[in-house]
Amino acid sequence: MSNRVLMKGNEAFAEAAVQAGCKYFFGYPITPQNEIPEYMSKRLPEVGGVYLQAESEVAGINMIFGAAGTGFRTLISSSSPGISLMSEGISYIAAAELPCVIINVMRGGPGLGGILPAQSDYFQATKGGGHGDYRLLVLAPGSLQEATEFIMMAFDLTEFYRNPVMILTDGFMGQMMEAVEFKKVKLGYDIPDVKEWAVGYMAERGKRTLLKSLSLDPEVLEQHNQKLQKKYRLMEEKEVRFESANVDDAEIVIAAYGTTARIAKSAVKKLRDQGIKAGIIRPQSLYPFPYKPFSELPESVKHVLVVEMSCGQMVEDVELGVSRKVPVSFYGRCGGMAPSVEEIEQAAKKALG
Amino acid sequence: MPEVKIFERPKCMTDVSTHYCPGCTHGIVHRLVAEAIDEFGIQEKTVGVAPVGCAVLMYNYINTDMYEAAHGRAPAVATGCKRVRPDLTVFTYQGDGDLASIGVAEIVHAANRGENITVIFINNAIYGMTGGQMAPTTLLKQKTTTCPYGRDPKVNGYPIRIAEMLATLEAPGYIARVTVARPKYVIKAKEAIKKAFQTQIEEKGFSLVEVLSTCPTNWGMRPAEALKWLEENMIPYYPLGEFKLPD
Amino acid sequence: MPKGRIEVLEEMCKSCGLCVEACPNKVLKISDRINSKGYRPAEQYKEGCVACKMCAMMCPDVAIEVYRIES
Repeated sequence: MSNRVLMKGNEAFAEAAVQAGCKYFFGYPITPQNEIPEYMSKRLPEVGGVYLQAESEVAGINMIFGAAGTGFRTLISSSSPGISLMSEGISYIAAAELPCVIINVMRGGPGLGGILPAQSDYFQATKGGGHGDYRLLVLAPGSLQEATEFIMMAFDLTEFYRNPVMILTDGFMGQMMEAVEFKKVKLGYDIPDVKEWAVGYMAERGKRTLLKSLSLDPEVLEQHNQKLQKKYRLMEEKEVRFESANVDDAEIVIAAYGTTARIAKSAVKKLRDQGIKAGIIRPQSLYPFPYKPFSELPESVKHVLVVEMSCGQMVEDVELGVSRKVPVSFYGRCGGMAPSVEEIEQAAKKALG
Repeated sequence: MPEVKIFERPKCMTDVSTHYCPGCTHGIVHRLVAEAIDEFGIQEKTVGVAPVGCAVLMYNYINTDMYEAAHGRAPAVATGCKRVRPDLTVFTYQGDGDLASIGVAEIVHAANRGENITVIFINNAIYGMTGGQMAPTTLLKQKTTTCPYGRDPKVNGYPIRIAEMLATLEAPGYIARVTVARPKYVIKAKEAIKKAFQTQIEEKGFSLVEVLSTCPTNWGMRPAEALKWLEENMIPYYPLGEFKLPD
Repeated sequence: MPKGRIEVLEEMCKSCGLCVEACPNKVLKISDRINSKGYRPAEQYKEGCVACKMCAMMCPDVAIEVYRIES
């Protein structure tokens, strides 16, 4: 018998976290992710956890800093403007090497923007957001099923790397309903005992722990940065994830992630139906970015089309991967608008000339 | 003749000499906090949250598990820690720039939730670490590097009385203002800090002790003069006392 | 009157003089020695300490130990 249940995206994200053993959520209302805190406020007391509504996203992410420092699994969610407010805290958490999972259900920006779906926080998620040389491990699910699996996996990843992991999704995914099955996802990584670094274990450890980001000695700070960079290199080695289809004989490859990839898949099918050899590469990890499938495109590929619900952000990483071997063009809608199948189809035809 | 040692460094203070300027009263307050922790016997179950400002390096001096928070966010960090581990004693140590300016939202809401944490609030009426700029608690007419003509209420408003403001809230368990300007005040300050920790240990909610302190360097005074200035100028505006007691 | 004496942890002392001010019997002064930080540590320079601990209470560097002499 199948254990599939029909769920709204935001609620499925929250339940996946609970099933991964996350009992602590600190959040703040913002559309279009409100069902995550709402679900958690009901669900976490059932598992002996804590839901706390923070006074702001700024406070929320710092509550996460405090909670993550105990070594227990913690989750926070928000949408674009709220993530901007959290960026300071995220930088501190990355610097202090604490684990937590952050879900960004993106909406249109800049500024207050709108409340409809967008993918315009790609730069913020993958290139920084906050200050300093830190990275988030960023996963971009393409379906609610995949989102639940990524979220469960994210808790292992964040503990293994002791680095925040962001689930980058958007208002479509958060608001739509799909059947999901909560499967236990375990990476099998060797995760060190939290008692080695978390607060509250001074007696067991025989010494105290310091969870901090300050290093006034520049040599020490440089060494700390080098240590962080080593983790990022390891992520680049081990955590690149992508899905590709119909690329082997393709003349045009469409690159898209998340919601846009779902639309692009339909466009690929329509193009194929018309005899145009289209393929798709869907990055599932945005940091580390899957450069390799783009640097190793088959000879048949004449063009790469990047489609995003933004004014062109991931396109820069695709260009890095393609390295000018073939032309890369971009098609995007933004501000809460989504590209239609027909628009992508037209853009592909235009690209091929 | 036999001797008995009747005063020594508290056990949960490290042997590190502080970076504080000569005569800065942070060191006195650090000692009082450390003594309170020792006297309750909770060193291994206590977690401190250091602020941004001069006390950012508190973790070098008080030997407990410690977070170093972003500017103003210590009460939020303490909240996160305490909510997950209510068995731990969690305290923040924050200056007036950290708590009364950039961190006002965090302190008000932590207090309003009755968050079962202890806050040690150092009010020395100036930004120390950054070199003597105006603080929200800078007195009227007091000169700083960013109000060189003296604080003018028409431009910068009035000094904030944090203890009184937070005492208007329903939830807090214990709120007091003390100083360390003379030995008699230090004894009172110690009692207040112990009461604050006691409030947390008895799960009676949020506790805060505001400590009127000096900044001889940025006030441009000798340490003893600074204490005198504090007594003559700060205490009249910031009255000492207990503003909220646990039920 | 109880009798006492103090010991100054000289490397910790920053010569701020708050102990000298606090001492009710004025038995402390700033010494002529210089510690490794360049400060002249405080010292008890004459008899008359009553072990009242006021100097230690006011020492921001927790650099004073107080002994009571039992008679």
